[in-house]
Amino acid sequence: MAANKTGSKNSVLTAVKNGDLWTRLSMILMGAGLFGHGQKIKGAIVFVFEAAFIFYMLATGFHALAMLPGLGSVEAGEVYNEAKGIYEYSAGDNSLLLLLYGVVTLFVIAAFIVLWVLQMKQSYKCQKNLEEGKHVNSFKEDVQSLFNNNLHITLMTLPVLGILIFNIVPLVFMICMAFTTYSKEDNHLMLFDWNGLTQFGRVLNMGGNIGRQFWGVLAWTVIWAIFATFLNYILGMILALIINRKDTKGKGFWRFCFVLSIAVPQFVSLMIMNTMLQPYGAVNVLLQNLGWISKPIPFWQDATLARITIIVINLWVGIPYTLLQITGILQNIPAELYEAARMDGAGPVTIFFKITLPYMLFVTTPYLITSFVGNINNFNVIYLLSQGGPTYVGDTAGQTDLLVTWLYKLTIDFQYYNIGAVIGILTFIVLTVVTLVTYRNSGSYKNEEAFM
Amino acid sequence: MTTLNPAKKNTVSGRKRAVNILVHLLLALLAFIWVMPIVWIVLTSFRAEPGSYVNTFFPQSYTLKNYVKLFTDRNVLNFPKMFGNTLIIAICSCCISTFFVLSVSYSLSRMRFKLRKPYMNMAMILGLFPGFMAMVAQYYILKAMGFTEGSMIRLALIIVYSATTGLGFQISKGYFDTIPRSIDEAAIMDGATQWEVFTRITMPLSKPIIIYTVMTSFIAPWVDFIFARVICRANADQFTVAIGLWNMLQKEYINQWYTCFAAGAVVISIPIAILFLFMQRFYVEGMSGAVKG
Repeated sequence: MAANKTGSKNSVLTAVKNGDLWTRLSMILMGAGLFGHGQKIKGAIVFVFEAAFIFYMLATGFHALAMLPGLGSVEAGEVYNEAKGIYEYSAGDNSLLLLLYGVVTLFVIAAFIVLWVLQMKQSYKCQKNLEEGKHVNSFKEDVQSLFNNNLHITLMTLPVLGILIFNIVPLVFMICMAFTTYSKEDNHLMLFDWNGLTQFGRVLNMGGNIGRQFWGVLAWTVIWAIFATFLNYILGMILALIINRKDTKGKGFWRFCFVLSIAVPQFVSLMIMNTMLQPYGAVNVLLQNLGWISKPIPFWQDATLARITIIVINLWVGIPYTLLQITGILQNIPAELYEAARMDGAGPVTIFFKITLPYMLFVTTPYLITSFVGNINNFNVIYLLSQGGPTYVGDTAGQTDLLVTWLYKLTIDFQYYNIGAVIGILTFIVLTVVTLVTYRNSGSYKNEEAFM
Repeated sequence: MTTLNPAKKNTVSGRKRAVNILVHLLLALLAFIWVMPIVWIVLTSFRAEPGSYVNTFFPQSYTLKNYVKLFTDRNVLNFPKMFGNTLIIAICSCCISTFFVLSVSYSLSRMRFKLRKPYMNMAMILGLFPGFMAMVAQYYILKAMGFTEGSMIRLALIIVYSATTGLGFQISKGYFDTIPRSIDEAAIMDGATQWEVFTRITMPLSKPIIIYTVMTSFIAPWVDFIFARVICRANADQFTVAIGLWNMLQKEYINQWYTCFAAGAVVISIPIAILFLFMQRFYVEGMSGAVKG
């Protein structure tokens, strides 16, 4: 045990302090320590990585780093070439690409540092193993361990690389944009600069145009998420209870009817709903033919009506999901609880609010949090139903836009990239706060044994 | 059970019957509301009257022309080509995502390593960012790699759909967690390596979750249109089905294409609905597992 403990204190500092010549040499010539301690192939591979890194830095890396603080300043333009007597177009700096290369270079450097630390530790470990007369793995054994005790490295390298390149790097890149002037406003699409927290100030300032829209959208996003999550949850649960009643006939058939509506791809059913509720769409036609209304109902043209319509249609979309997900959990509620309540003369409503709901809330808090987060980020329902509309003149955000759909419009349609990025970051902050607060206040966190 | 006198029993069962009838009526009404739009779109896909909006709820006469036009008219909106594109993308990204998801969830469920907890926390945090916040940046990265022109767009879409699937491990990890570890331990005692445990023991025991993973990742490209739209931009010959259907409802096309949209919606929905109904029980199993954990 004691030996194990000193082994785990194998830090870079001890490696430098107690390392022999080979280990210390690998501070500069990476892989030397491994090479000198019997792991020749591994050492060579590490060294190749170092060479590639140096080559990359010399070729593009240093330039990319140097351009990062200023993000370029040469404007693209035409220069009159007197010798030839023509205008020549000069390619100016593209701040976006400079930012991208800068961010990528920072990641490459970070990866290099990690590799450096790892190889220092490893060569010190090899050295100690040799000193203590322990076995040093050959290259073949190392490869074999990749399929045995180190299988996770083999399995997870590619997925992690994918996440790193196509999720983390883009996210960092987008977060950087929030601190720049990259926007169609004032024509900063080619050349832009860092400008600190200015955009955050604009978005949060309730007096300004963007700020006013932001608080409006945020309020609607929260209202929407609360309605969408809890109405779906409670109504779905009631539906599940009704279907699961002892006396309900044809349980499978009813369940099938509801599940059928989620079997149809969501974007298809949402687009169908959108067209059905147009002024001349099927629903208005039906109501007019029945003589119930004389003018088409403006489902998407009136702000309040559009919001109500969206929440109602989301019930159509969401209740079957709830039904599907919580039927199994509902059946797990201990029967004694119900028996006891019935003995005390509780009616079905009391039983629902005093037993079923608290029990379900307790068990499914994680599910509720996930679906709340999902609803705040629910792009499809809003964008395919109302496209955020109706939109008032001069606004970028419509009356039913959520933060996410507004973010989409700001970046894709309006090209206000910096404000879009700020919205994205603020969405993240809202979600983090909501998640942490609900989780910490939830029964399953505070009192783990309430129902056991 | 308490004994009731016959008279009381009668009134109770009478009330019970009334409640039962009410419940069934309510269910019938709700089921009608839920099924109606689907029935309506199926009927509309056979509608003979042209144009987008007509003044009757149900079609007056029926035809198969919409389906014929959908699969033969290749000039304006080339649906067969879109279908082919989506199929290729779906198959490739399905293979990659399945490998990624199963690898990650097996590692997290069975292996113990230093970065295991940090990885799971990281996945949770990344899940809180709006999904396509990274999208614009992804586009530029793909552009820098030269994947955003011509037929490389398909490759770009495959990458977009599959590269980050390693974050969606929760359901299959929940499933792997339910397989007793003693089976692995016994195999390792007999000299099996972890790789052999993974491929020869855990995988054959996990058919439901493999089917579930394969299906979800196969369906994703058919139903996504945000990423496809950003990456394809105006390259009409690289469109996927979802963008095609979306376009049919835009102002320029809706009058000509509305009934074809309905037909397309039906054509896409039937296989996906079948897949979904088939994998539904795996979904429920995975869900109750995930909630418990």
